[in-house]
Amino acid sequence: MEVPGQSGSEPVPFFNGLLAIPAPAHTEGLEMGREFLEGNEAIARGAMKARCDFFAGYPITPASSILHYMLDLLVEKGVRNLLPGRPGGCFAQKVPDTFFPMAIQAEDEIASIGFCIGAAMAGRKAMTATSGPGISLYSENVGLAQIGETPLVIVNVQRQGPATGSATKGAEGDIQFTRWVTSGGLPVIALSPATVGEAYELTYRAFNLAEQYRSPVFVLTSKEIGVTRESVDLDAIALPPLVERTRAADDEEYLPHRFGRPANVPAIADFGGAHIARYTTSTHDQAAYLTTQPAVIQEMIDHYVAKIDEAADDIALVKRDFQEGAETLILSYGITSRSAAVAVREARTRGIRVSALVLQTLWPVPERAILAALDGIRRIIVPEMNMGQYRLEIERLAPAGVAVFGVNKMNTTLISPAEILRTGGLL
Amino acid sequence: MRTTGAAAAPCATYMTDKVGPLPFCPGCGHHVVTKALNQALVKLQLDPRMVVIVTDIGCIGLSDRYFTTNAFHGLHGRSVTYACGLKLARPELTVVALKGDGGCGIGGTHVLNVARRNIGITLIVANNFNYGMTGGQHSVTTPSEGITSTTPWGNVEEPMDLCGTAIAAGAAWVARGTMFDKDLADVMARALAQPGFALLDVWELCTAYYAPRNQIKKKELDELVERCGLQRGVLADTPRAEYSARYRAAYEAGRPALRRRPAIEVQHGNSVERQTGLVIAGSAGQKIRSTATLFAQAAMFSGLDATQKDDYPITVMTGHSLSELIFSRERIDYTAIESPDYLLVISEEGLISTRDRIQRLPDTCTVYAEQSLDLPATSARVVRYPIAQAAARNSKQSMAVIALAAMLQDTGLFPLDAFARAISTFQAPKLAEVNLKAVQAGAALLSA
Repeated sequence: MEVPGQSGSEPVPFFNGLLAIPAPAHTEGLEMGREFLEGNEAIARGAMKARCDFFAGYPITPASSILHYMLDLLVEKGVRNLLPGRPGGCFAQKVPDTFFPMAIQAEDEIASIGFCIGAAMAGRKAMTATSGPGISLYSENVGLAQIGETPLVIVNVQRQGPATGSATKGAEGDIQFTRWVTSGGLPVIALSPATVGEAYELTYRAFNLAEQYRSPVFVLTSKEIGVTRESVDLDAIALPPLVERTRAADDEEYLPHRFGRPANVPAIADFGGAHIARYTTSTHDQAAYLTTQPAVIQEMIDHYVAKIDEAADDIALVKRDFQEGAETLILSYGITSRSAAVAVREARTRGIRVSALVLQTLWPVPERAILAALDGIRRIIVPEMNMGQYRLEIERLAPAGVAVFGVNKMNTTLISPAEILRTGGLL
Repeated sequence: MRTTGAAAAPCATYMTDKVGPLPFCPGCGHHVVTKALNQALVKLQLDPRMVVIVTDIGCIGLSDRYFTTNAFHGLHGRSVTYACGLKLARPELTVVALKGDGGCGIGGTHVLNVARRNIGITLIVANNFNYGMTGGQHSVTTPSEGITSTTPWGNVEEPMDLCGTAIAAGAAWVARGTMFDKDLADVMARALAQPGFALLDVWELCTAYYAPRNQIKKKELDELVERCGLQRGVLADTPRAEYSARYRAAYEAGRPALRRRPAIEVQHGNSVERQTGLVIAGSAGQKIRSTATLFAQAAMFSGLDATQKDDYPITVMTGHSLSELIFSRERIDYTAIESPDYLLVISEEGLISTRDRIQRLPDTCTVYAEQSLDLPATSARVVRYPIAQAAARNSKQSMAVIALAAMLQDTGLFPLDAFARAISTFQAPKLAEVNLKAVQAGAALLSA
């Protein structure tokens, strides 16, 4: 079999002749101009843009197609890497010859996240995706990822619960479940896209945050974004620079954890590198050795809390639409923020002054951004496709004299702009 | 923790006493298993940086820190999953999962599946027939009649034959031994050297609970294997391709065609003045959702933005299938359609799922319906046409294309050419050929 580009100085084509597809102009994503995409594909494309190279998942509606897309995209990437003249393929660093990007369907959700944690600690950029029932099964391993400081992206395409609930219907009922997903109650990072484009962008950003803070990061989407299609141009979405993990230099003294203050996120020594790596599910010291010393255990916990909570302002992503003189703020997130946008336009058409704040970061709570949005505000309307989960955070933050109203529905249908206006007393 | 520079060779030991003595009870088999693992590593002279010992919960889970190799200590029963993740990520690593019989209960599915997949890790089970760390409760390997804290009158369950179970699941290499085997380290080295999955089931004494409660010493342990009707030694040695190699080979050989993702550039005009909602309702198998996607792509070729929100039950080839499309020249925020401008219903199941809605429609809406359907009373304008007949002449799978093409001909929202363009851009040539004819057939239905 003749493979072009194997000899001489001729330019190496991107694909070999067996792939009857013209070479795309660039190596990374395959996104090209305007497309009609569902959120789940945008998540897979965002992951690829962030150089994800390991995915494990278990089928579940409405998240299954992420597994399919990742399988397609990672295998494409693997095949491309194997082409001659492309040492390391599109990876940032030289990779071993045996390296092949992989997506695997595991035997269950526990194995899915277990595979990902193992792969992440061996240097891969790993992602898994599920829906509410799967998050229940991930729970214990999310705690492991926290205590082991594992960079990992976890997608929850929410559906109506509890339990099996309505598998093909949307909801946003896992908001506080995400915050308190595992024992110990340590802080988590969770981003919530509202559109297909944001599903792409926030998945990419989730990888950055996972590496930057050595932490599991949730992307909280829902059936209403995951399997809804929209016109989108992924190329037109501005992304921050890619964050790769800080790896321990080969010649430096290596400790798996650093509990000092300010809360430093320690460098990682990938398993199979120059250092001996240690990882443990147990309360441990900086060397990842089990400890029973209360002072050290408290240092460990303080570190895990501080590294996320003290970075809350850096992790905060919000969208603002403020109106001068508004006394009402509609505060929303996820798919419901799009109903809120229509409600805001309609209210303003009627001459009612209203401001809007959309949270893309749900955890840690972007408190400073929320408080900054309350200037002159006397009433906050919080529409949610659950029975009032995030409203708890807003009630906690709202100063005396500011009323907080929920617009809550959990019957699998979207909250309409009219429902927001009506319940919020704006109609 | 520092191991920079070249690995010192030969390596006399892979264990360290820097973290204190082994934490096991006097006489516990875990002393023997960990030391045998050390001897096996010495025998193989592996670079400790390329070895990972993965443990989970239980007394044997305390052992990883006494080794100078990499160590990964995870959740109860899940060591195999982390071991697999490490091995899949870095196939050149030697990955050893060390777990107890308790972990084989809670994590039994992982044992079955790693055996079946043949991921090249080694699983060593320190099998002492009970949960030593939590008070001597019975496990999946507790022999029948065995006395434990949760089987005080004798175990009424039959023990799981770990090796037989793994062999049934397809394990490539399986062996059983006891802590008293002289060749335990050698057998362990053989297990570690397997390219595929290897299971070594080592029967042991738990000197805190199981051994004293059941009067088991060396002789009785030897007899126990036979009493349970089981064999010792290497029980399976049937090498086959390791998972990662096979995975990679399959995809290299298959050379998966890269998915075409053509951009949609505006090629046509449209007559959509304001945000417009369209619902198409039919049955699963009628290509409702995929055709709705093509129609939305056609709208994009005509300069519009679109959204598509689907509704369907969890069943696959039965039940209703419904797509809601919104077109607009501006950004679309709210993706649900309160009152559609156009509602297409092409099957009885589609009608059932939209009957209430049809009744409520205002006179500004048009219902396009397969003519055989018995529609409820509605204020909406109703257009009935023989979609099923036209499809019967073309292709049963093209009802949705025919229905939408007819509607497009009637409304002139955007050109039929845009629909044809979407079909020929995004569908495989053979299917596109059928559907392009369906566009013509649909247009002819309402062009009169």
